[in-house]
Amino acid sequence: MVKITMDRQEMDVPAGTTILDAAENHGIHIPTLCYYAHLNEIGSCRMCLVEMQGKDQLVTACNTKVSEGMRLATNTPAVREARQTNLELILSQHRVDCTSCVRGDNCSLQDLANNMGVTSQDYEKELAAQKWDMAFPLIRDNSKCIKCMRCVQVCDKIQQLHVWDVLHPGSESDIGVRENLPISEVNCSLCGQCVTHCPVGALSERDDVPRMMAALADPDVTTVVQIAPSIRAAWGEDFGMTPKEGTVKRLASVLRHIGFDYIFDTSFSADLTIMEEASEFLHFMGDRPDDNLPLFTSCCPGWVRFAKTEYPELLGHLSTSKSPQQMFGAVTKTWYAEKMGLKPDQIFSVSIMPCIAKKSEADMPSMTREDGTPDVDLVLTTRELDRMIKSEYLDPRSFPESELDDPLGVASGAGVIFGSTGGVMEAALRSAYYFVNDKNTDADTFKAARGQDGCREVDTEINGIPIRGIAVNGLGNARHLIEDLKAGRRQCDFVEVMACPGGCVGGGGQPIHDGEEWAARRAPTLYNLDERNTIRFSHENPSIKEVYKEYFGTPLSEKAEAVLHTHHSAAER
Amino acid sequence: MSRLSLDTTTAAEQTASALYQSLQLRMAAAPTASCPVEIASAYTHLCHSQSCGKCVPCRIGLGQLENLLEAVKKGEATEATLDVIERTARSIKNSADCAIGYQAAAEVLRSLVAFRPDFENHIQKGFCSAPRQGIPCVQECPAHVDIPGYIALIADHRPTDAVKLIRKDNPFPTACAFICEHPCENQCRRNLIDRSINIRGLKSYCVDKATEDIFPMDKMAPTGKKVAIIGGGPSGLTTAFYLELMGHDVTVFEKRKHLGGMLRYGIPSYRLNRDNLQRDINLILDSGVEVHRDYDIDSAEAFENLKNEFDATYIAIGAHSHKALKIAHADARGVLSAVEMLRGIGDGNLPDFKDKKVIVIGGGNVAMDVARSSIRLGADVTIAYRRRQEDMTALPAEVEGAIAEGCHMDELMAPAEVVVDENDQVTGLKVQPQVIGPYRKGRPSPRAADVPPVVLDADIIVISIGQSIDSQKFEDAGLPRQWDQLDATAETTFEGHNGVFSGGNCVTGPATVIKAIAAGKVAAANIDEYLGYDHKVETHIEIPEPLLHDRVPCGRVEIKERPIGDRKDDFDDVELKLSDEEALQEASRCLRCDHFGYAAFREGRQRTW
Ligand SMILES: Cc1cc2nc3c(=O)[nH]c(=O)nc-3n(C[C@H](O)[C@H](O)[C@H](O)COP(=O)(O)OP(=O)(O)OC[C@H]3O[C@@H](n4cnc5c(N)ncnc54)[C@H](O)[C@@H]3O)c2cc1C
Ligand code: SF4
Ligand code: SF4
Ligand code: SF4
Ligand code: SF4
Repeated sequence: MVKITMDRQEMDVPAGTTILDAAENHGIHIPTLCYYAHLNEIGSCRMCLVEMQGKDQLVTACNTKVSEGMRLATNTPAVREARQTNLELILSQHRVDCTSCVRGDNCSLQDLANNMGVTSQDYEKELAAQKWDMAFPLIRDNSKCIKCMRCVQVCDKIQQLHVWDVLHPGSESDIGVRENLPISEVNCSLCGQCVTHCPVGALSERDDVPRMMAALADPDVTTVVQIAPSIRAAWGEDFGMTPKEGTVKRLASVLRHIGFDYIFDTSFSADLTIMEEASEFLHFMGDRPDDNLPLFTSCCPGWVRFAKTEYPELLGHLSTSKSPQQMFGAVTKTWYAEKMGLKPDQIFSVSIMPCIAKKSEADMPSMTREDGTPDVDLVLTTRELDRMIKSEYLDPRSFPESELDDPLGVASGAGVIFGSTGGVMEAALRSAYYFVNDKNTDADTFKAARGQDGCREVDTEINGIPIRGIAVNGLGNARHLIEDLKAGRRQCDFVEVMACPGGCVGGGGQPIHDGEEWAARRAPTLYNLDERNTIRFSHENPSIKEVYKEYFGTPLSEKAEAVLHTHHSAAER
Repeated sequence: MSRLSLDTTTAAEQTASALYQSLQLRMAAAPTASCPVEIASAYTHLCHSQSCGKCVPCRIGLGQLENLLEAVKKGEATEATLDVIERTARSIKNSADCAIGYQAAAEVLRSLVAFRPDFENHIQKGFCSAPRQGIPCVQECPAHVDIPGYIALIADHRPTDAVKLIRKDNPFPTACAFICEHPCENQCRRNLIDRSINIRGLKSYCVDKATEDIFPMDKMAPTGKKVAIIGGGPSGLTTAFYLELMGHDVTVFEKRKHLGGMLRYGIPSYRLNRDNLQRDINLILDSGVEVHRDYDIDSAEAFENLKNEFDATYIAIGAHSHKALKIAHADARGVLSAVEMLRGIGDGNLPDFKDKKVIVIGGGNVAMDVARSSIRLGADVTIAYRRRQEDMTALPAEVEGAIAEGCHMDELMAPAEVVVDENDQVTGLKVQPQVIGPYRKGRPSPRAADVPPVVLDADIIVISIGQSIDSQKFEDAGLPRQWDQLDATAETTFEGHNGVFSGGNCVTGPATVIKAIAAGKVAAANIDEYLGYDHKVETHIEIPEPLLHDRVPCGRVEIKERPIGDRKDDFDDVELKLSDEEALQEASRCLRCDHFGYAAFREGRQRTW
């Protein structure tokens, strides 16, 4: 413990604490902007400056540790002047455009300017102009970038893809795609983590809401929407709702009101994925390739994009099962269309996803039908969904809950936990056990898969054969694991990869809470839903039984292969 | 009113000159990590500000040149812009009236040539490929020692930990504390405020205060892989030390009686006390390295045998032959080479120079070592050099030391002939006086003056004009060479020769100890990888938080030396130690560039390698 004084308040603070944390723990609020705990503690924006007795220069609270006898003041004329000047300097290179900015109601820069009362500015505007491919699912607007470096850090440290870089030193200092290459030519996984870590509106997803509204306005098409598992744990946050309030059933009512014809659940196709993938895994175990490398999941398109650029040699080890989004799209435009007597091109198939990579997945030629129409016509992120609801002036709280539609709205708890790291592996093991033993094990048998650690192992046994599964999240962690597997330092049979920290609940398309990681808060919602569900095994989902009985026959049947499986090619991203 | 008055300096002029001085320091401190286009543009702007405004090329041309350079910097230029820049600069250079104009343009032309790829990169790709700033001292240190880390430990009264941390990247902290050429100090950011940190002084302080020498990390599990090191100098021993810590089984083959290479057989003991050298060598040996002394790998065949017996081989044989001077009677009795003489001293055979007249030919560090050793052996020493004293490649401190100890400096004297008596015994050196002339390859070159040669009396002549490398046997074994240097890559490898590595002076030619150590470190990492491992060298020491006082100008503490009268008759240490008071003040001057500045974001501390 060290003794310090801050704003005339005496404090005993554990050694090693930063001034910022010490202040926060004692009810003193110091503004920050570039700071992001454990990720970006570089003191670049100079908002968190405080005055220290005995020193003329101000010190940064975010990355200075307390020391014995320190006397600090957080609100002196010098502090105020420096913060205000620096903020004005930041604004001189920022296209202030709050009224038509995606972050207009969720922006740390705006908050600071409002709070500090910056109403006039003494500096000339100097705006960066960078070209950007507006068709790409990830959008960068450099005229809004405040060069906090968070995007650089998250892509370097967490995802290890090094997409962003400081393009110039000196007066032209600027952030962009490394070597100023076109974004579509580098190895961006489209995980969207840089977007959720950006404090302002410089990074965002391609806005597909206008296309959505056009489809809703078209009387000739039937709009079918699938809601990804993790949406139910997050969509209400932008409206200040708790998970108990922001349920998927309430969302169903809101979407119906907006004009969607059928409201379905991606958790259904997650169950379908399990049927195929678990069967594929059992085959794989029976006929293991010589290299002894495991089977990898393929449900996360961020991970699949990563595998295509970083480890193309591993593509043969990825499950050929399409992702739940794409299985859903394929089933909708085949079995469901037939069932409803609709022509595939009369259906506008929409998915609501926690993810930006899903936008590019839906656009891939291999996810397109022979007639040229895509299986999934449009992908909206959770944030776009919420913006759409807001633009309709709806108060979701005032909507009652209502059931999703049959049959594609019926899901097991196993399908719902797909939205969290470890969920796919747990769901797959539940069904694989059943396929081999013809009976269920307790649904919580494989709960070692749960948790937020970057890499978790589950050891079990199927038919007397020991099986080791590993769930990994974050692409940097994935790279580490793959290197270990390839070098023989680790061994396992099955690997679930999710690109985003914490899995889809921490997805790059989810609502943004600046400076905070929400995956761990959202995951329990999914596990609670699983626990309360009467059906906890994918193979017990009645709609799944129905679709196999009526259409596919068995998992891995010829028809299932044709509709539900794909071929991963590095050439297609 | 009086007809004349004396010029006085106004306060404004004084401030302007202080500003220039500060600019000089600033430019000296961080030249490598800036955008070359921006530097050229800013330079042009500065030159333009000095224009008196009389003539067109300078008054207008420099401004337009700056505009063009700015366009390149901003990525708004095309290839054609480069042509306009070149034409404009050339015209200014050829047509400006005075040096303010033409010299400015000459420098722009020069940077256009030197930085062509950077200019083109800006135009074609729109980004700057110049390296980014890191921790200046660490970047400049060839072995990338964690300098702010160990300075912080010194400031925290932990000299033993400081030395342990140095050993993570350099197993010769004690030797380097005395003789390292300290490139780390050149771009020290403290130069922006006053003067660089005395980094070597602080190292010397902490090795002196350390209570024990400890491995930077625990030894790893044995791998059973065998590595041969040819040459027990700093480079070979560095590789041996780290590979041994990584668990490999290392054997060093050393031609001579003792380990240390030029640290023992070159550098005189008044600069590097042999006990201090032995301290570092002892810890290296404690790691378990096996050594065969008096073991010359003297033929291609001997080398091939080693290669077959070991899983990997590192060649670090240094540069131990002397370069011959091609003048008449250069092989007369009384003519020695510097390496021969110092080698003898290294083995404990002090030559009898008492009251002899010794002429040392050369102007490098080795020449100064020979001269100052000769003084200590009681000789009357003259250093003959064909350029001026200021052109000598030796460190200024060495030259000053030699003069202070009584060496005569005969500058601008080119050796022409050794003068001998009937017994082929040296009696003098005939030299041709020189005049310094125009620059060639960046250095002013001498030419014979229009006066007759003169003869300097001499009993002994020591030739110190460089060393060469005894590398023929390795070429015979198929390894590529450039002149006498083994042509290894920056990874210390040879294409097509898996498992053979080489570095240090035998690859670079005569250079510095720290460069040889850096090569040893690179080789250790790459040999480990070649053997199929990924062992990481890491030292677990928490680096203290930076001190938070304001960094206001404060004098740099210098290392004091023993008084001349006292030191010039023995081979004991010339340098004295910093006191606690001095060292702590010096350590507190460090700006902690690991915590403040770009390194907090990127290019910061490398905890492992
Ligand atoms: C007089 C003098 C003063 C110097 N002063 C400084 C200074 O102040 N600061 C500084 O940084 N640098 C100085 N240097 C340079 C520095 O000593 C060298 O750069 C450094 O020692 C090179 O290290 P190395 O390991 O590559 O080679 P060396 O130190 O030369 O070691 C090579 C070793 O290989 C052995 N060897 C050679 N051939 C064979 C063979 N066939 N078989 C087995 N063993 C063999 C040699 O005996 C020797 O021990 C000085 C050099 C000299 C000559
Ligand atoms: S990023 Fe923030 S401050 Fe900038 S325009 Fe958007 S809302 Fe306004
Ligand atoms: S989307 Fe992900 S991979 Fe792409 S730049 Fe952002 S953080 Fe990096
Ligand atoms: S894009 Fe966003 S996260 Fe990246 S540097 Fe700019 S403001 Fe920061
Ligand atoms: S101030 Fe300290 S950290 Fe910075 S360059 Fe100098 S010695 Fe290195």
